Amino acid sequence: MFKVLISRLGQAALVMLVVSAVSFVMFRYVGDPVATMSRENASVEEKAELRRSLGLDQPLVVQYGRFLGRTLSGDLGISYRNQRPVTQLIAERLPATLELVLVATVLSLALGIPLGVLCALRPNGVAARLVQALSLIGISTPTFVTGIVLILVFAVSLGWLPSFGRGQVVDLGWWSTGFLTASGLKSLLLPGITLALYQLTLIMRLVRAEMIDVLSSDYIRFAKARGLPTRYIHFRLALRNALMPVITVTGLQIGSLIAFAIVTETVFQWPGMGLLFIQAVSFVDIPVMAAYLLFVGLLFVLINAVVDILYAVVDPRLRARSA
Amino acid sequence: MNTRLAASLTIAGVLIGMPAEAKTLRWASPTDITTLDPYAHTESFTTSMLHHVFDPLVRRGRTLELEPALAVSWKTVKPDTWRFELRRNVKFHNGNPFTADDVVASISRILDPGARARGNLATVVRAEKVDDFTVDIVTQGPYPLLLNDLAGIYILDKEWMEANGALKPGNIATGVTTAASTTAVGTGPFKVESYKPDAGTTFVVNPDWWDKPQHNLTRIEFKPVKSDATRVAALLSGELDLIAPAPLQDLQRISASPGFKVIEEPSLRLIMLSLNVRPELKAMPGQKNPLLDVKVRQAMWHAIDLETIKKRVMRDKSRTTGTLVAPPVPGYAKENDVPLAYDQAKAKQLLAEAGYPNGFKTKLNCPNDRYINDEQTCVAIASMWAKVGIQAELQTESRATYFPRQDRGEFDVSMVGWATLPPMDGFSVLSSLLTEQKDGYGGSNAGTYSNPKIEELTRKAAVELDETKRRAMLAEALKVARDTVAYIPLHQQPLAWAVRDGVDVPQFPDEYVRLWFATVK
Repeated sequence: MFKVLISRLGQAALVMLVVSAVSFVMFRYVGDPVATMSRENASVEEKAELRRSLGLDQPLVVQYGRFLGRTLSGDLGISYRNQRPVTQLIAERLPATLELVLVATVLSLALGIPLGVLCALRPNGVAARLVQALSLIGISTPTFVTGIVLILVFAVSLGWLPSFGRGQVVDLGWWSTGFLTASGLKSLLLPGITLALYQLTLIMRLVRAEMIDVLSSDYIRFAKARGLPTRYIHFRLALRNALMPVITVTGLQIGSLIAFAIVTETVFQWPGMGLLFIQAVSFVDIPVMAAYLLFVGLLFVLINAVVDILYAVVDPRLRARSA
Repeated sequence: MNTRLAASLTIAGVLIGMPAEAKTLRWASPTDITTLDPYAHTESFTTSMLHHVFDPLVRRGRTLELEPALAVSWKTVKPDTWRFELRRNVKFHNGNPFTADDVVASISRILDPGARARGNLATVVRAEKVDDFTVDIVTQGPYPLLLNDLAGIYILDKEWMEANGALKPGNIATGVTTAASTTAVGTGPFKVESYKPDAGTTFVVNPDWWDKPQHNLTRIEFKPVKSDATRVAALLSGELDLIAPAPLQDLQRISASPGFKVIEEPSLRLIMLSLNVRPELKAMPGQKNPLLDVKVRQAMWHAIDLETIKKRVMRDKSRTTGTLVAPPVPGYAKENDVPLAYDQAKAKQLLAEAGYPNGFKTKLNCPNDRYINDEQTCVAIASMWAKVGIQAELQTESRATYFPRQDRGEFDVSMVGWATLPPMDGFSVLSSLLTEQKDGYGGSNAGTYSNPKIEELTRKAAVELDETKRRAMLAEALKVARDTVAYIPLHQQPLAWAVRDGVDVPQFPDEYVRLWFATVK
């Protein structure tokens, strides 16, 4: 067990090193921060001076070494655009993204599971076919289209919900939450639905497939033969077993929701990490872009490591193999 | 009886008049304020927003003319020394009185080598206090554009800076922050109530402003909304009163919606093509650069159908131009503002005379996210050139990579936009676009254009204090630029905002949003 843990951590560290190198090198090519930060009237001397003050005149290896050293000491640098420490910016934006992801996850589970069950129990019913057809649309519509359509319908035409922003937020220490005000809750709905849509479809289809699988297995047939109540068979016996892979997928999906909330956050001007990243890209704010990539890399590495370790805990065969 | 009646009427009057309805203006723009420290950045949007909080010594009025603000009058006591008489009875938002000490401390702060905006006041050497309400500003030699520069330099409170350790400036480039980065204490018409990057900034009216307000606002709620579609939707759903800018493709839809209108005006920003006059073209290595020949440059101009670009690409919202500055800018001359006529036969003839009867190959580089419909404009130009034999290989890219490449001189023909800001003076075109790169001149002369006459006129105009003579020099230099086709001017890009009915905001060609002139119903 200890061996598994050590080897997983070693792999994680290696992956992070690669991510940091890639992010560092990649962002050298997205543009020149000096050009975006200079005045239009700036003279050549002024630009050279700015380049020097940013350390951009040093060789690439020296720049990377400095970057790595600072990162390891927990200093992710100062945002060129907001002129504040990047760690502080990320900490500030994290609550907005996490709350959005939470709403999206809850929505997709609360709707995806019952719909999946419905489709599995009555695969040929009208409702099931309708849901299946709609889910195709849900999975193939680009996020920004969904977002804009929702805004047009619910904000512009009906005027029920706000079209952008977080609404009123309440500060609980360093965490700012939109859950405690009416306008905050209203603001969560449209972006939450937009972000949930893809995951909802995924969960629904997964539940459906697993349920159909489980329902045709022997122990369900025996349970039916014993004359147990249908509700008990469907929901206590079948659904429980069908949910195992759903939990894994949901866990992994939360990672990608955080990472790929970029489009939703841009459409709804949601002041979270995705918006921070996209603003950083248009301003060539390298420290923020690099930090974001590192953060997302770390998130995936951690989630994967936890999943791997949990598997090892659950399944002794995996432990034996890797040892 | 009468006195009681009068008294109660007075009270009633006060009660009716008192709770002066809170007039809030909610508005959105795609960009956000970068910092609250006016000396830590050089970005014009942030400067325009901070003008609500801070006052400069001189400011721009409704017609963009320079007018007294914190200074009431000025004169040049020596060619390099300007004396400013300051306004009395002005208070900062924290209650401190405004005096000469504040001006000296502010000017010294921006002259600090660590100030990002130092270049905006490059020629000033120092500020000296004469008495409590008189200040001398000393420049390096005669400098005609001092007032233009000072219009963008906001005055901070010395006592507040001392108490909060903010006497040294912040700098968004080097990441230096001070208390002034997140707190703004000025003398302006509004105070900052809250500042949250990417989520919004709120201003409340400053009831003790020294000037008589021409607005009726009590509160401004600013929200950055990056996505064009969302910004328009938020206006139409009633969550915003003003969006600036409004996306060109949505203007029709907004003006067709009842209760909303679009306000438009040509902006100062002039779009033009920069031409590489180095010995070789990037597209034709090893061969003589055809663009060195003025006839070729004229042919390229003759071959562009500016009217079609205006009608088709710019949806009739732009203004075609023949010179390098917009009409409100000093140095503009009507006789310069005549584009070469669209004439394919003439273009072919000129090309043949220059020795290129079959045309030549070049590259056309354009940004695709900087100017209005920049990419479409270039597509149109490339196809027009193809008709006279100039094969321009079009390449478009994002501003983030485009401008660094342009700076490094990697382009043959490329698109440039120039608004002459912040000085709002034709001299900025001369000193940045038309002069050789040396002594701080020619900072954006990517095509290495050079002309001895313009060099001479630029250096003369730089120290000419007689405004009539100076403007004549600018106009003359711009005439030489037109005659030698230094750049090919295309159009002035439009500026479009959208408001709900009942909101009255004057629009300015420098794209500044000046809400101290705004009224809402």
